[in-house]
Amino acid sequence: MRLRPGIRLGLWLACLITPAAAILVIFVAWPLLGALRYAFFDFNGLAPSGFAGLRNFTDVLSAPPWRDWTFAALRHNVVVFAGLMVIQNGLAYLLAFALLKSLPGHRVHQVILFLPVVLSAVIVGFLWKLLLHPLFGAVNAVLALIHIQGPPWLGDAETALPSIMLANLWHWTGFPALIFLAAMQRIPAETLEAARLDGATDGVLLRRIIWPLVAPAATIIFTLTFIGSFNWFELPYVMAGLNGAPGGATDVLGLYFYRTAFGSVTSGLQDFGHGSALAVLMFLFLAVVSALSLRVLRRREVDI
Amino acid sequence: MRGERLTHTLIQAFLLLNALFMLAPIAVMLLSAFKTNAELFASPMALPEALSFDNLRTIFRETSFVAYLGNSALITTASVAVLLVVGTMASYGLSRYAFRGREALLMLFLAGLMVPLKLAVIPLFVQMDWLGLIDSRGGLVLVYVAMGLPSAVFILTGFLRALPGELEEAARIEGASELRVMLQVMLPLARPALIIAGIQNAVPIWNDFFFPLVFLTTDRLKTLPQGLTVFMGEFNTDWGVLFAGLTLSALPITLCYVALSRQFIAGLTSGAVK
Repeated sequence: MRLRPGIRLGLWLACLITPAAAILVIFVAWPLLGALRYAFFDFNGLAPSGFAGLRNFTDVLSAPPWRDWTFAALRHNVVVFAGLMVIQNGLAYLLAFALLKSLPGHRVHQVILFLPVVLSAVIVGFLWKLLLHPLFGAVNAVLALIHIQGPPWLGDAETALPSIMLANLWHWTGFPALIFLAAMQRIPAETLEAARLDGATDGVLLRRIIWPLVAPAATIIFTLTFIGSFNWFELPYVMAGLNGAPGGATDVLGLYFYRTAFGSVTSGLQDFGHGSALAVLMFLFLAVVSALSLRVLRRREVDI
Repeated sequence: MRGERLTHTLIQAFLLLNALFMLAPIAVMLLSAFKTNAELFASPMALPEALSFDNLRTIFRETSFVAYLGNSALITTASVAVLLVVGTMASYGLSRYAFRGREALLMLFLAGLMVPLKLAVIPLFVQMDWLGLIDSRGGLVLVYVAMGLPSAVFILTGFLRALPGELEEAARIEGASELRVMLQVMLPLARPALIIAGIQNAVPIWNDFFFPLVFLTTDRLKTLPQGLTVFMGEFNTDWGVLFAGLTLSALPITLCYVALSRQFIAGLTSGAVK
């Protein structure tokens, strides 16, 4: 059979592109549209049972006890975001600068720093849970060497959230550090040399010269930290459980959403309506804040 | 110059301290896997008195560790293979041919980069249930393929677009079919981009916990991170076994990483580094 060349090419292109397009439509586009629709319905198991209007939204935002859960979880996410932003990214920035010097052994340090990044959050969470055990954990054993009685890290409402953030710091610091490093390596050597000849110390270099020049990398890192902090799920799930123990002190939006949608150990109830409303609100929150902060962050980027 | 020497010493000290912080938890995990419970509870930091392989034996004899490992390997391999084949085909079509609507189609593919699929998990669950794909490894593979496609298309189109057109034209003049031009001329050139896209997707899929948690319920189908939560619960007073389980779970990817650290770092940071 001979086909006209134009049609043959069209068929060839369709063969190439259709499988990928079909998978995306079935498993991404269609569910996303569904997410929006489901938020306006009551659910009976897996099937919508009646139109609920905006009630799912007003419930999770303003009706007790939903309201208190929502805002407690949100508050914890804000703490996590702020903490990781300053401590994790700050440490990453300093480590990147240390690696930029290319002192002997820098390649090995780079590999070590990135090692935890490739591990599953489940492994990291369990490992730190054991390390932070009040009686038999290695952390308190080390503290005992210098005569400090360590707290029951994950058992105390005061220290539980910071403990999980510490595990996150250990897990992820290598990622922003190597992104900062790649950005720093793109700064022309002459720029740094000229600043040094003008008498700039490392401190001045870090704050005045390098910081503005790595702004594009910072934009990406800040955005990923933001999205990551508000989607936080695996580490708190493994280290604190689905209810955010102790007493909800580590409850975050990810856990709360999962619990609402799929039920927890204590209540096996699935509630897809309220779960979808939460998902839509979280999505809008992430999208709006990311878009606004991207505008602000992009403005401070300068071209090298 | 004296000042410079001092800064260099301080920087080396800072890096060493950081390396200690990164490696100490892994060292404790590894050593504890060979300790008895009595040793562990007496002093968590000490070296094991004699290497005890009882914990490792318990893992292999009394848990489904091997099944979990097999499932993870199967799901990750299948997902990455399908993803690369389907993603390469689409990227090739979208980058090497000019046709009407190409840019719009590419934008649609890339729009998926912005979407956190976790938040669409409820309708995805209903959809999978309707397709009979709940509690099936194949279903999970399709979800991972969908999740990875936008970033794979992003990397591959970027790379394929930059390839020169001369080789392609020369092959066509020789009378090669479009299929042969793609498979024998162009794709061999795209190997570096394929490796990057493969690693970028393989690592998060291997490590994923959320989607197996939602979609797989039968014990013998579970993946390694998910299975880990099962036996961490079962053996929760037997610390030697817990550490042995963590060590064995971390081992495969750690070995791959140590062997291919450059590719891993490039692959995992490729979305964020230009």
